[in-house]
Amino acid sequence: MHSQLITFIKKEFLHVFRDRKTLLMLFGLPIAQIILFGFALSNEVKDSKIVVADYSKDAVTTKIISKIGSSKYFNIQQSLQSADELQSAFKKGVIKMAVIFPQNFGNDLIHTNKVTIQVIADASDPNLATTVTNYVTNIINDYNAELTNGNVQPLQIVPEVKMLYNPELRGAPNFVPGVMALVLMLVCTMMTSVAIVKEKELGTMEILLVSPFKTIYIIIAKLAPNLIISVVNLFIILILSSVFLDLQVKGSVLLLTFCSMLFILTSLSIGLLLSINAQTQQSAMTASLMGMMLPTMLLTGFLFPIENMPIVMQVLANLVPSRWYFIIVKRVMLKGLGFSAVWKETLILSAMCFFLFAVSLRKFKTRLQ
Amino acid sequence: MRTLFFLLEKEFRQLMRRKSLLGILIIAPSIQLILMPLAADFSVKNVSIVVVDNDHSTFSQKLINKITAGGNFKLAGYVSSYKEALKMVEQDKADLALQIPLNFEKNLVRENSEKMFVAINAIEGTKANLGGSYLSSIVRDFDNDIRVEWTHNATVDAPQISVASSNWYNPFMNYNLYMVPAILVTLVTALSAMQSAFNIVQEKENGTIEQINVTPIKKHIFIIGKLVPFLVLGIVIFTLGLLIGRIFYHIVPVGNIFVLYTSLVIYLFAMLGLGLLISTYSATQMQAMSLSFFFINIFNMMSGVFSSVDSMPAWAQAIVQTFPPSHFIKIMRTVVLKGSGFSDITGHLIAMAIIGLVLNVWAVLNYRKTA
Amino acid sequence: MEHVIKTEKLTKRFGDFIACNELSFEVGKGEIFGFLGANGAGKTTAMRMLCGLLKPTSGKASVAGFDVFTQTEKIKMSIGYMSQKFSLYDDLTVAENIRFYAGIYGMRTKQIKEKTKELLDELGLQNEEKTLVSALPLGWKQKLAFSVSIVHAPDIVFLDEPTGGVDPVTRRQFWDLIYHAADKGVTVFVTTHYMDEAEYCNRVSIMVDGVIAALDSPANLKHEFNCDNMEDVFYQLARKAKRSDG
Repeated sequence: MHSQLITFIKKEFLHVFRDRKTLLMLFGLPIAQIILFGFALSNEVKDSKIVVADYSKDAVTTKIISKIGSSKYFNIQQSLQSADELQSAFKKGVIKMAVIFPQNFGNDLIHTNKVTIQVIADASDPNLATTVTNYVTNIINDYNAELTNGNVQPLQIVPEVKMLYNPELRGAPNFVPGVMALVLMLVCTMMTSVAIVKEKELGTMEILLVSPFKTIYIIIAKLAPNLIISVVNLFIILILSSVFLDLQVKGSVLLLTFCSMLFILTSLSIGLLLSINAQTQQSAMTASLMGMMLPTMLLTGFLFPIENMPIVMQVLANLVPSRWYFIIVKRVMLKGLGFSAVWKETLILSAMCFFLFAVSLRKFKTRLQ
Repeated sequence: MRTLFFLLEKEFRQLMRRKSLLGILIIAPSIQLILMPLAADFSVKNVSIVVVDNDHSTFSQKLINKITAGGNFKLAGYVSSYKEALKMVEQDKADLALQIPLNFEKNLVRENSEKMFVAINAIEGTKANLGGSYLSSIVRDFDNDIRVEWTHNATVDAPQISVASSNWYNPFMNYNLYMVPAILVTLVTALSAMQSAFNIVQEKENGTIEQINVTPIKKHIFIIGKLVPFLVLGIVIFTLGLLIGRIFYHIVPVGNIFVLYTSLVIYLFAMLGLGLLISTYSATQMQAMSLSFFFINIFNMMSGVFSSVDSMPAWAQAIVQTFPPSHFIKIMRTVVLKGSGFSDITGHLIAMAIIGLVLNVWAVLNYRKTA
Repeated sequence: MEHVIKTEKLTKRFGDFIACNELSFEVGKGEIFGFLGANGAGKTTAMRMLCGLLKPTSGKASVAGFDVFTQTEKIKMSIGYMSQKFSLYDDLTVAENIRFYAGIYGMRTKQIKEKTKELLDELGLQNEEKTLVSALPLGWKQKLAFSVSIVHAPDIVFLDEPTGGVDPVTRRQFWDLIYHAADKGVTVFVTTHYMDEAEYCNRVSIMVDGVIAALDSPANLKHEFNCDNMEDVFYQLARKAKRSDG
């Protein structure tokens, strides 16, 4: 029996490896993503394009404007002459904020000791608006401090902030584990479901089923290539992250591999489940993609924190395997923690894996009776 | 042309008959559009903070209260050492650790300045950024308050520039306004690029394309016949999306609907071109799926849906300009939220049109050679 | 006799491989011409060239008076085609299939209506007008496919192994349709594996290894090769072949 199984697995491998274009995607996608996202994606806000309207044009405003302009956070695009220009500047979508100095700014400051600068932020992206408003407020406050007694304000509380695990606020540490989870899950479910349905369409599945081959062996043989490819992908991602993104695996590679295999198996089982009800390759693909892509992206937790979501969504998120895997990767890879820190998540993932595999196996058998 | 008419009639009849596919194509995006924005909330609330208060004074307690009262922060607990606090951050039990040193109040008065220590889990950059922002602005307010309270005269004479900030276009800082239009774009994208490629390759794989080849149907008519149904489907889903946006999220486009639909058609033109191009490079449906998945994934992550294009390095921004979705997302956000008109989005429209032209011409040339 | 298909040293190469080697033959109007050969002999390639699907490497050929190199679009308007694998759309009804093909070939709506009624009557499918083709038994599908392939009254109809998988009675009925069409002046160019069908043809050609090894009426061929049936004739020629499937 076992030599037959090996032969079968070999055949399945040939199917996959002869298809160059699909192979390109299978290996090329993670590579491209790691490189693109690792280098391109960032949460840092700097060089925000802003406009300035200076109705006063005195020494004070000029000084403040130059302070703002020389800050790494801002990039002054133009000076506005009137308020109408403001709307139009925002509407083009390039400008994030406008800083407006009223007339007689300098004079009023000297005579009344109180002036107000108007800051208008484009709150389409609320977080960005908050951040840039905060940055410009900080600059103004620093200037305020300079105005009074040299530089020192009395009773100054100074928060000394240390950024942990990712001091430069690079996008990579957050995105790489997220991409790992996303790509492994989607590729496994899509590839598996479409491949199985293709055999159904061709009719060769029936032939397999009437053979003396046990169903479980058929399934193992079908899942084997994708499993191996995914593990290889995993290592490619880890190596690339280490070399190009300076992101090493701080914890145990063995633990990470073990949990990854659990996760991969879970995804493969989902692919198997999807293939059962699908009649055509198109519906298998559509179900895996349209059905799983967005939920996986949004509920894994790497784009949006799950704690923020309404309870309903949090519950849903708990059902998504990638959510647990993501936590494990973050803790083991980025924080360097051991099994004791992730045993709960590993248990949940194993339970999901076992359950899904058993259910899909059962359904697969009965469907074909 | 009459042949096109009969071809389209056949394509639509066939599409309408595949009820389950149609169902998935329409229902799945709708459900996702309804549910997903609930998850896609970048606003940072409930940053959990663990406090080490070595000062144990009413003063430090006041500061802590002010921090946790705001609604931005949630108190995870008090611990007795910084080490323990860090451990909590490590275990994801807290996002932020705050340490107020011994004799905080005393030193502040004596030295006129005193530090407090903050450690933030910076893996998730947005949270770290905003957590830090919120904290510093709360501390700043607190600082100003005590300064006014304790040194009645000091600040009154000093010149003060204050900042009056206002938020336009989204005064309630509602993340849905930002995310829903973009999510709608991702859904329309998947449909137009992927399904169209798949549909054509299906005929190739089945062999039914041979039957078309012997008839007098010209190749370009065949292509148009294959793509038009997806153009229509794309428009239908987009319209459904706008309705869902209005009903569930109360998002009413500020701008002109006509501007939106014109942009949509140009966008679909480009994306269908991509689908067509992919189909010319695929012999099997599996290949079509792999290739389109590759592109869609990259589009989704890099076109500005979830992370800002402006934060990217220049080379990445240049690449992103060649992605039609990045332009359409920009258009959607500016038109829906700010009421931008044709003159504001001309650059984006032209970019999409050019990319679309390139893709379609390339695809048609390829198609003529191989099919 | 007017010749609707004329080939002169028609050749197709794929790299070093010569699929069709200098084929020269003629088919007359209203003739039922059988095109036989083992798998791999070059039949399909030859037929595709005549249908305007494949450009020949060298030689000359004309179909319905149009040149296969320069006038493929006109050829397509003048021929009908029915393939074994697929002709009709399973997910359309009988009437919708007729309407589609008739419309593609330029028939006006009124004509389409009339032709549809005519076809349905002829085939006895009046009750199945609104039935999906997928629900029809194989024999009916094939008869319908044939009728649809000549719905626009072409000069020539190409049939690629049209009767695969049906019982002998249905096959007979199918050939009745073919005779009927030939009587009306449609030239029928048919490939088949069934040797008894070869007997129904006016003339038969047998391709072996890319060349035409024999071309004559079934009677003459049987006489020439000293056999009682076409199967033996075919066997004698085909077993000498160097090229075959697999």
